[in-house]
Amino acid sequence: MATLDLKGVSKQFDDTRVLDNINLNVADGELVVFVGPSGCGKSTLLRLIAGLEAVTTGDVSIGDRDVSHLPPSKRGIAMVFQSYALYPHKTVRGNLGFALKHAGAPAADIKRRVDAAAAILELEDLMDRLPRALSGGQRQRVAIGRAIVREPDVFLFDEPLSNLDAALRVHMRVEILKLHQRLGATMVYVTHDQTEAMTLADRIVVMRDGCIEQVGTPLELYRHPANRFVAGFIGSPAMNFLDAQVREGRVVLGDQPLHPCTRTDGPITLGIRPEHLVQDDDGPLSGGVEVFEHLGGEAFVHITLGENLKVVAKLDGEKVYRPGDTIRLSAPEERCHLFEHS
Amino acid sequence: MPWRKRTTTGQALSAAAIHGVLLAWCALALFPLYLVVINGAKSRRAIFNDPLKLPTSDTFSAKGYASVVGNSEFPLYFGNSLVVTSVSLLLILLLGAMAAHALSEYRFRGNTLLGLYLIVGIMVPIRLGTVALLELMVNLNLTNTLTALILVYTAQGLPVAIFIFTEFLRAVSREIKDSARIDGLSEYRIFFEVVIPLVRPVIATVAVFSMIPIWNDLWFPLILAPGQETRTVTLGVQQFIGQYTVDWGAVLAALSVAVLPVLVMYIIFSRHLIRGITAGAVKG
Repeated sequence: MATLDLKGVSKQFDDTRVLDNINLNVADGELVVFVGPSGCGKSTLLRLIAGLEAVTTGDVSIGDRDVSHLPPSKRGIAMVFQSYALYPHKTVRGNLGFALKHAGAPAADIKRRVDAAAAILELEDLMDRLPRALSGGQRQRVAIGRAIVREPDVFLFDEPLSNLDAALRVHMRVEILKLHQRLGATMVYVTHDQTEAMTLADRIVVMRDGCIEQVGTPLELYRHPANRFVAGFIGSPAMNFLDAQVREGRVVLGDQPLHPCTRTDGPITLGIRPEHLVQDDDGPLSGGVEVFEHLGGEAFVHITLGENLKVVAKLDGEKVYRPGDTIRLSAPEERCHLFEHS
Repeated sequence: MPWRKRTTTGQALSAAAIHGVLLAWCALALFPLYLVVINGAKSRRAIFNDPLKLPTSDTFSAKGYASVVGNSEFPLYFGNSLVVTSVSLLLILLLGAMAAHALSEYRFRGNTLLGLYLIVGIMVPIRLGTVALLELMVNLNLTNTLTALILVYTAQGLPVAIFIFTEFLRAVSREIKDSARIDGLSEYRIFFEVVIPLVRPVIATVAVFSMIPIWNDLWFPLILAPGQETRTVTLGVQQFIGQYTVDWGAVLAALSVAVLPVLVMYIIFSRHLIRGITAGAVKG
């Protein structure tokens, strides 16, 4: 168990800077999720923490130790990979015990720790199988077990659920959450899936183009996104962004004045989440229904408010609309976000 | 249902056609071998009178095999061939796989260029350099040694080996190597304990493709190591070919025996070989 500190970490491959001055403190026992679109540098950052890539500048500390120049095996970390990365010619037991065996641990010790990990992950019946005889979910459990056996200070997960089908992914997500609660270990988890990030994280780190955009708890990010990128990335379906104006202390959408605003006059981007739009016959916004997606309990309604003003509203599934119907909406002031016009 | 029946008939026909073609090819490929084996067991006269006929009680003669077995030099030639082939093969596989691993795994300046340099040897027949090689061996005092042959064969086999290995080693998951690094394995142990077991079929493929030309080669033994002590089987067989008479029975018997080790090694490797070739085929 340990803290993890990144100070001014940068990484450069040839001429491209993939990470720029990353500063982050992860508390002991915290589960931090790095999230961002592909190519944002989140996996590279994880590999830097693991020691699989060398930092160009900056320091990585685990506990109170500066590990920036230590090889991966000396850093007290364990990593779970997207492709599981099991040794195909070793049985489940062989895979679980391999690192300990290599480190020269006594056989009794290895057996005790392997059995304990197998019990946690319910792998007891699979111990003598080879990885190719396991299902995807089982393989991922072995990969996680291999990390547990090493009793690391910090667990690193690199998109561990991406190769699983949707149902299994939800199941394994819960498993990982349970594991975190049970072990109380410091964990860093990389994903491009904002749902995984929201459900798993104590804190989320949103990254873009090698920089951290915002760090915060899932609810902080959801309620108070620092910028348009974070606002658009967190939440599903994504937040609606509308070109609006500030005129005489009010936000104006099209010709429709909305709530008051203290900003100076000029163009602005108004953000509102689909789930915060309310069907309201007296509402200030009106538009034609373009597409109606019914999910049973709820429905996504695609509405055209005007030229270049399209929104998705998440409404309850009671009322069914047809394309062409007119609908009136209101947007509660406290749920609206204002961003610099882009 | 009639359509289903048609399909099965069609399938049977196409299977029969495929097997027909393969059998024909097999017969064509095995025919020379068959001639060598049967004529090796016939008397000299019978070989010339009716080369295609199986040995009968009249024409059977073990004289060929007797002169091969009775020839005290033959086990020596055989041993020389085995040493040269197996040591060269070992070096080709080891050095080839290691070079390919380095090329596919590590990022360093000039990686592509070095890879091209190592592979370009495929396009230059090594026999073109015979005179230079002979001079080199003379200067190194290596003429009439098996070392000379081993060095030349290793050089000859490496480009193709590196080419094939690089392709397959690139396909080895990077994550599995990273995982081994986190487990604390040295780069050498990652290579030997993680990478090599993953590419066993490829090793078998490269082994068979490299082994046969070495075992069958006559050129370099004749030029670099024609001495009595260092003759290989293919060169040794030549002693039965005189200037005026040729002991065909002995030549053919010797060749029949010489096929055996290659056959044994092929059978050992072939299970993997098929997997190696199809793996490449599916991967595309």
